[in-house]
Amino acid sequence: MSPVPLLAVENLTMCFGGLVAVDNISFTAYRGEITAIIGPNGAGKTTVFNCLTGFYRPSAGRLAVHKDGEILQLERIEGFRIVRRAGIARTFQNIRLFAGMTVLENLIVAQHNPLMKASVFSLAGLLGLPRYRAAERAAVERARHWLDRIGLTDRADWLAAALPYGAQRRLEIARALCTGPALLCLDEPAAGLNPRESAELNDLLLGVRDEEQIGILLIEHDMSVVMGISDHVIVLDYGRKIADGTPAEVRADPEVIKAYLGEDEIDNAAEEAPLRPLAGREGGARANGAAA
Amino acid sequence: MTAAAGLAVDSAAKPPAFWVPFLKDAVLAALVAVLLALPLVGLQTYDIGGGALGIRTHFDWVAIGGAAVFAGRLALRVLQQLYRTRPTGRARVLISIAAWGNRQALPITLLGIGFAVALPFLPFSSRYLIDLGTTVLIYVMLGWGLNVVVGLAGLLDLGYVAFYAVGAYTFGLLARDLDFTFWEALPFSGLVAASFGVVLGFPVLRLRGDYLAIVTLGFGEIIRIVLLNWAPVTGGPNGIGGIPRPSFFGLHFARSAPEGVATFHQFFGLEFSPDHRVIFLYFVILAMALLTNAFTLRIRQLPIGRAWEALREDEVACRALGINPTTVKLSAFAIGAMFGGFAGCFFATRQGFISPESFTFIESATILAIVVLGGMGSQLGVVLAAVLLVSLPEFGRAFAEFRMLIFGAAMVGVMVWRPRGLIAHREPTLRLGSSR
Ligand SMILES: Nc1ncnc2c1ncn2[C@@H]1O[C@H](COP(=O)(O)OP(=O)(O)OP(=O)(O)O)[C@@H](O)[C@H]1O
Ligand SMILES: [Mg+2]
Repeated sequence: MSPVPLLAVENLTMCFGGLVAVDNISFTAYRGEITAIIGPNGAGKTTVFNCLTGFYRPSAGRLAVHKDGEILQLERIEGFRIVRRAGIARTFQNIRLFAGMTVLENLIVAQHNPLMKASVFSLAGLLGLPRYRAAERAAVERARHWLDRIGLTDRADWLAAALPYGAQRRLEIARALCTGPALLCLDEPAAGLNPRESAELNDLLLGVRDEEQIGILLIEHDMSVVMGISDHVIVLDYGRKIADGTPAEVRADPEVIKAYLGEDEIDNAAEEAPLRPLAGREGGARANGAAA
Repeated sequence: MTAAAGLAVDSAAKPPAFWVPFLKDAVLAALVAVLLALPLVGLQTYDIGGGALGIRTHFDWVAIGGAAVFAGRLALRVLQQLYRTRPTGRARVLISIAAWGNRQALPITLLGIGFAVALPFLPFSSRYLIDLGTTVLIYVMLGWGLNVVVGLAGLLDLGYVAFYAVGAYTFGLLARDLDFTFWEALPFSGLVAASFGVVLGFPVLRLRGDYLAIVTLGFGEIIRIVLLNWAPVTGGPNGIGGIPRPSFFGLHFARSAPEGVATFHQFFGLEFSPDHRVIFLYFVILAMALLTNAFTLRIRQLPIGRAWEALREDEVACRALGINPTTVKLSAFAIGAMFGGFAGCFFATRQGFISPESFTFIESATILAIVVLGGMGSQLGVVLAAVLLVSLPEFGRAFAEFRMLIFGAAMVGVMVWRPRGLIAHREPTLRLGSSR
């Protein structure tokens, strides 16, 4: 399997006033691969996502997406169009479901654009033309497919807010997948999951990667997830990229260990368990707890 | 044996009967009352004569006071207790009524429509009642229109009356200057109001919640003030009169019509009655309201309607899913405004006269109250709330000056007991099992 480049980030910089949240980062994500972005709290991971998905306009740099042999410049596309044009879907660090709508409705709203097209400015829909009905059936089928995958079929008509936390995280992933993305950006999908749910999530993501042949960008603090499933890890610290490679390479990288542990502990850590300690400076408790 | 021991332990640990603490509490209260009353009420000084004071005792009063406090306190506690235990029972009844209502939504709706259609022909019906029904239906229609903006799209609009006014004045001006009839003007009223909806929508695209409410409130006032001051066109405070009444497929509701124009009563060979027009107006607004409802129910199940609700739930997530918040918001404003415009057009033809006075902020507030009271997004709730809000003050006329007070108290009550509105239930727009 020779990986096909999907997203090329070149010299991405994002400043907020004087604060440089992302500092001259370059990396490439490939189709059919899971690329993890890790780093201590405040390293700038979510900011990278916000630039990719059009919520922030980068201060500098180029974000190129290879789609159907074409190269699209993300920073030139209006935010809400990025899903449709470039095929980048995302989830949020703090779950953002449509809480007052049902699970199924959440997945149907994600297919707004094709459905809107089929409803011809709602006219075909208002008249109930077969063309629209067929499109709606197809949308429900797609939703049902992902519901089966995340194991929520029997709760399809529940309010999203009524789901337990882990199910909400999975639903948000399914909702992003319902847009039919080429690149799926997940912001800490395993946060708050118990070990069993976290293992299920690993299976889901690996399955999606292999079956859909899409690229996945994964921000994660839970090292069991990161090391378990990613093909490729990028480490950020204070907005800068400090490492980039396979999980094994990254876990042995002294820069990374230093970033995660602070200077003093390098010696012990390098000898004992180079990976377990990958805990953020401030986020140490969280990462440790999840990995333990 | 163990069971017996368990029983014994249980009965020993059992809390005293519920009235024991009440009794204790009442006795304590009575004691305090007696202690306080003894010097204050029990002993009284009086003038014996010659400037000297004597003391008179009134222990009977003290006893009466103590007994009253005891009884009162006990009654209060018992009432509190009853009140605390009742709601479970009452809530259960309410819940089962609501569940029944959901299951029977279609029969209830049909029954309601049947009643509305039959109202003018019922034995107790009167011209006054039909007039009242027409007013209620105007508010139902306005409520359903505003429900699109507030209930579905979650955009708090305090200036909705502006679109009502725009619709009414569109017809007023078209009738005065271009001799349009009601039916010819109706689509224009809707269109012009919808354009005003878009015009309002643009500057407030980035606003939400309170900020949006303030700007829309300002918009409503601007429209009214323009109508008031642009006298050459709008007639200023004098408004526009002589607005034509609607015709029934070209048949007029008049005692006698000019040459070549048929009247309703002649055509159908009926005795002339002014009630015909009143009843006709009632059916016109009934049809308009029902169309509004059908349209809203249908569009809720379309992508655009779901996008409105999604926008209400989370705008950021909408953007991340490729939904353009601008068009979604503008379409909600436009469609809500369009229904306001239709209702305004009807209002103008019903009154025959319009002036800025009919379009004050209190109207916006009433319509919003109907939507909020009914339960945001609930079509049936809007009907209930409109009936309550419009007809209760009418029936309350007997209380004259207490009318508004009772009305206000009723509203506070509803918001306390049913904070999410009379009907808080939201029907999903589609279900996995029953999707067509
Ligand atoms: N909109 C904004 N305005 C100002 N500063 C911001 C903004 N967004 C992010 N920042 C800052 O940029 C830095 C990076 O934030 P970011 O959210 O990307 O971190 P992160 O790596 O996702 O951290 P975490 O692991 O806690 O989620 C932080 O210092 C943050 O305060
Ligand atoms: Mg983050």
